[in-house]
Amino acid sequence: MATLKTHPNFDRPDDFYADLLALHEGRTREDSERINARLILLLANHIGDRTVLKEAMEAAAAAPASD
Amino acid sequence: MARIFDQPLYPYERHTDQDAAACVRHPVIVVGAGPVGLAAAIDLAMHGVPVVVLDENDRVSFGSRAICFSKRSLEIADRLGCGDPMVGKGVTWSTGKVFFDRRKVYEFDLLPEKGHKRPAFINLQQYYLELYLVERIRALQAEGRPISLRGKNRIAGVEPLADHVRLDVETPDGSYTLEAGWLIACDGAASPIRSLMGLDFVGRVFEDNFLIADVVMEAGFPTERWFWFDPPFNRGQSALLHKQPDNVWRIDLQLGWNIDRERETKPENVILRLKAMLGDEVRFELEWVSIYSFQCCRMERFRHGRVIFAGDAAHQVSPFGARGANSGVQDTDNLIWKLKLVLDGLAPDRLLDSYDIERIQAADENILNSARSTDFITPKSEASRTFRNAVLDLAERCAFARPLVNSGRLSVPCIHDMSPLNGPDAGSLPARTRPGAPAVDAPLGDGWLLDRLGGRFQLLTIDRQAPAGLEVDGIAIEQLVLSPEDDASGALRERYLGSADGAVYLIRPDQHIAARWEEFNEAEICAALRKATARK
Repeated sequence: MATLKTHPNFDRPDDFYADLLALHEGRTREDSERINARLILLLANHIGDRTVLKEAMEAAAAAPASD
Repeated sequence: MARIFDQPLYPYERHTDQDAAACVRHPVIVVGAGPVGLAAAIDLAMHGVPVVVLDENDRVSFGSRAICFSKRSLEIADRLGCGDPMVGKGVTWSTGKVFFDRRKVYEFDLLPEKGHKRPAFINLQQYYLELYLVERIRALQAEGRPISLRGKNRIAGVEPLADHVRLDVETPDGSYTLEAGWLIACDGAASPIRSLMGLDFVGRVFEDNFLIADVVMEAGFPTERWFWFDPPFNRGQSALLHKQPDNVWRIDLQLGWNIDRERETKPENVILRLKAMLGDEVRFELEWVSIYSFQCCRMERFRHGRVIFAGDAAHQVSPFGARGANSGVQDTDNLIWKLKLVLDGLAPDRLLDSYDIERIQAADENILNSARSTDFITPKSEASRTFRNAVLDLAERCAFARPLVNSGRLSVPCIHDMSPLNGPDAGSLPARTRPGAPAVDAPLGDGWLLDRLGGRFQLLTIDRQAPAGLEVDGIAIEQLVLSPEDDASGALRERYLGSADGAVYLIRPDQHIAARWEEFNEAEICAALRKATARK
């Protein structure tokens, strides 16, 4: 059974992060939310495996708050 | 010409039961003469069981009720003798289109497969279905079948007892008491019998209102189901357009939760909304306008001793998916053969508990699907609206998003995989005809497989020898001997054999598959029949 990768998996993490910011640059919050939603759907379909997706959702929901 | 919903179809007549010195007992009483109650009565009468149908009204239902009837409902109607008028009058369709704003984002075909007698869906006003069912009852009565259909007979009291049920019935000229060996409550969403028995339930209420308008118009729209998310003519909401016979079109407009119902149903306001949708130049007449909201819920149990609930009385869903009337008709399809065996002493009372198990499984499936459709159509939070719109945005370009578009998951029959009535399965045979599934149709020469199934237990043998005249403890198993050559299209082989060179299927009176094998084995068939009738 596949499990969610939580160890570093990017070739070049800084480049990915820059791409992500560039995607949202100059956009309204509403626009960004729409793009993020599409991005989640595209990536979720790419992963496909429901177990991995559920683990990712749980990991996202459990992220510690900054305060 | 008077319209059918204006005419009494089964006007009140005083019955001799009302003047009997002692209270009369009938083996089965059905309450409610909607599609579910009428189908139950026809099924019982065709099995030779005397039945009394009581209804507080005396005519077909008027207004916007069920319009989409599924393939499975048509197959059941065929078995009951009403399929032809339904399909003859109904509008056959299988294509649906989904629009987002002004763009078409998705199109689907509900039955891309050939080799079925009946289409995926027809649209037909519920009043026509009720009319055909009443006409079928009249025909059965003419053959001497014992059905008594009593209009303006309202249930005022119900007393469930150990081996029968007592009913207080009110009529235009006084009340009388009846006894029923078994009572089938098909008295609708607001079921008086459920209330009288203190069995009412609260479900998940969806905070939304929908305007339903059935309009008569000459319009060039194709016979497809068109569904809009956020169209220009109903911003932020949804809309549905669907054709019915007689140039009647069903239009369904989502309105939201906080609305002024009285204002919204005024004809002048409805006409404004419809003109915005259809264009100024289209001429139309309103046949019916109403506003509805809905809930998804079911009774904890459908069987309460000698009282058995079916249809909307037992379970309710949102209208998205055509899972209301269709599931109600499937309830009685499941129930009546069981009740007949119990009445004849050929099966124990506990066979009826399998009605609860199987139809609660179906109700849960319907509730799950219709609740999910509703969550997609009417998002309850900003996040759910954002994802809904993202799905619709992507559906146009990316195939992966199309299965996520949910404008209603249209009714398909439940497969009772875990039913206690299921016998052995030869797992090598095709999955779609496994035990618990309804038999899948296939062409047979000039006819159809499903027209040769139903109403009794049958053994379908395909290229397998079996002795004729099988009988298990008083229940006959009729043989249907087939060969893959009986269907040149290959559908029979594909649906019932797969890679096997022969098979034996035990099929229930409701056309559901009870068990199947690759080889004939009499002892196993006898054991499977006992299991299918809850004797073991």
